[in-house]
Amino acid sequence: MGVSLKVRELSLKKGYNLLIHNLNFDLLPGRAISLTGENGVGKTTLLRTLAGFLTPHAGTIRAYENDVQLESEIWQSRMVHFLGHHDALSPSRTVLQELRFQADFLGGDLAGIGALRLDTLLDLETRHLSAGQKRRLSCARLLMARRPLWLLDEPMAPLDVDHRALLGSLMQAHLADGGMIIAAVHDALPFDTQALRLERPTMRDREAACV
Amino acid sequence: MSDFRRAALALIRRDLGLSLTRGGGPLLAVGFYLTLMAMIPLSLGPDQAVLSRIAAGLTWLCLALSSLLSLERLFERDYEDAVFDTLRLGPLPLELIALLKVLSQWLGTGVILSLMTPVVMIILGAPASLALMGLVSACLGSLSFALIGGIGASLALGSRKGGVLMALLVLPFYVPPVIFGAGLMQATQTGASPAQALAFLGAYALFALALGPIAMGAALRGALS
Repeated sequence: MGVSLKVRELSLKKGYNLLIHNLNFDLLPGRAISLTGENGVGKTTLLRTLAGFLTPHAGTIRAYENDVQLESEIWQSRMVHFLGHHDALSPSRTVLQELRFQADFLGGDLAGIGALRLDTLLDLETRHLSAGQKRRLSCARLLMARRPLWLLDEPMAPLDVDHRALLGSLMQAHLADGGMIIAAVHDALPFDTQALRLERPTMRDREAACV
Repeated sequence: MSDFRRAALALIRRDLGLSLTRGGGPLLAVGFYLTLMAMIPLSLGPDQAVLSRIAAGLTWLCLALSSLLSLERLFERDYEDAVFDTLRLGPLPLELIALLKVLSQWLGTGVILSLMTPVVMIILGAPASLALMGLVSACLGSLSFALIGGIGASLALGSRKGGVLMALLVLPFYVPPVIFGAGLMQATQTGASPAQALAFLGAYALFALALGPIAMGAALRGALS
């Protein structure tokens, strides 16, 4: 796919609170970043900023396709999948309805039902699903619409051992396909990743950010 | 079919389906509407002369209040379920998402209330000749109510007790359609030309249609960040 990401001098604030100061990293096609750090350090905020939901306090996030910089609208509407720790499902709709809607809305086709073992769940309303089943259902959209960057917020957390392995292999297939992944995790992912550990900004960083 | 149209249709289909299946849909609004109407002759007495004179005006008031009822759920559920995280990564801008959600809401609730309006008016004693004009004006009016209400709903999003705040924000802006709509009914009833009132009613709906998406987009962006 040939899409890459460059993050330069990124600072993020939540309210008046400086979360991340002067963060730099590059992400190339076929590579994954595992994002670690203690609770509340700003992993989710960073992922939401990369998805374009939040605006950075300072710094730049640039995406390139074959060395041409992408517009932020194109980035948000065609290049990114975001999987938060809420599963973004409506409780009163059935699994099949949700899958159809996501496929139509994101511009993909109905895929991943077999791969994610959702076949037996299709007629159930999503409120009857367990946390792990919900997570598998929301992972389906990663497979339905092909997008280069997957932003995953603790994707493995509710899954059992078998399905962790399953999601791991899906992620590896995505990387082999030239995709990129940034995942906030507490346990190491089952393949080779760049490690990015977020630390709380020091007092000096906070003063620097105020100027 | 382009991605854009496919996504827009999917969103409308989803929201229409949800308004019918999850609570607080058209049935609730219609039930509220009918109950309000039933209370009017009970509180004013069954005098046919009095009722037929005020039937059209009161119907408009009840239409405005019933339109308020389902607004709170317009964005709230999707906000709580984090569905907006998915919606924002599709091909549609947030302004259009908001507009489509409001239009689905209008189709699912407002239009049904509008269809009830002539019936209710006549039951209360308004002459049957008002029926057609009542339907047309109620459609325009409920569209304005839905759009203005959508702005209120997006502004109140994420605040606790948002429903009360929203009613307070929105009701003053429901006044013009009520004035024009009730005026239109009165003009038709007395045989005057309805053109002026109808034009104002239409103009207000267009105004809401133009302003609504921009205002809702900005408010949603704020609430979602």
